[in-house]
Amino acid sequence: MSQIFGEFIEEFPLEHESLELSFTSSSRPIEERWRNNRLSAYFVANYFSTFLPIDENPDRREDRIEATRNTVSYVGNELLENAMKSNEENNHNKVKFGIHFLEEFEKVTAVIFTENSITTQKAREFQAFIRELLDADPNELYVQQIEKTAESEDSEASGLGLLTAINDYSAKLGWKFEIAPSNPQIVIVTTMAQVVV
Amino acid sequence: MANPEVKGDDYQVQYEPASSTVYFKGDITLGSPKEYVPIVKLLDQAANADPDTLTLNVKELAFLNSSGISMLSKFVLGMKKKKGTQLVVLGGKKVPWQGKSLKNLERLLPGLKLVVE
Repeated sequence: MSQIFGEFIEEFPLEHESLELSFTSSSRPIEERWRNNRLSAYFVANYFSTFLPIDENPDRREDRIEATRNTVSYVGNELLENAMKSNEENNHNKVKFGIHFLEEFEKVTAVIFTENSITTQKAREFQAFIRELLDADPNELYVQQIEKTAESEDSEASGLGLLTAINDYSAKLGWKFEIAPSNPQIVIVTTMAQVVV
Repeated sequence: MANPEVKGDDYQVQYEPASSTVYFKGDITLGSPKEYVPIVKLLDQAANADPDTLTLNVKELAFLNSSGISMLSKFVLGMKKKKGTQLVVLGGKKVPWQGKSLKNLERLLPGLKLVVE
């Protein structure tokens, strides 16, 4: 059984462009692999931008490509960083990262997603945060999270990647939680961000 | 003497005391608040010199992840205590994230002067 939060697309049109990367856990520490998150986000963003419709005005096309690359790489990097940080690596669970290209008339939507595994305990905590995020005014929540951690050098405002995706990139977020078929103690979480580009 | 700086593979943060300016360049996507500490220390050094105006020039900062935005936001909030210093953040329109995210800093410090040109 799965649980859905926010705006989550389960079925995509049969014919649409998409790309998925898969990362297996490695013997190298996460710090050494960290740069790969941004490089992967750039790669996916560049890949996506080639499918943008042709604009007759070359300057406008260039601006749109640049803005799209920026949006997809920022949101993608945040989703991937979160997935890598929270992934339960003990059972060699993979992290997946990708994008779907949806086009309806003039409207192009990038659907960026990650899939990773977490413990049932972490899933409950994450779901509580998601409920807070979906109920709150995200602009106010941003200021609150910064103020909460302001005095401590070692802590960072939690959920800031998701908050900035909503506030600054007008992303619509959604999540799916499913119990892993191989282990009932593990939950597979898919995070999805839809941004109109 | 060379200006104090923090450098990584893909970025550089440099404090220029003569102009009370901190320059950010490249892509900064460090993984944790702990990794941001050297940059925070450099910013604190610049703020503790109590200049009339302190400028953060991010025009050449192409990428900053949310941990970096958190670090910058916390520094800006901390500048509330430094009443004698005008904080200026200098961004560039050519870098799309700056037009989107820098405005958040104004909400944390209403006296902040944000210039995106």
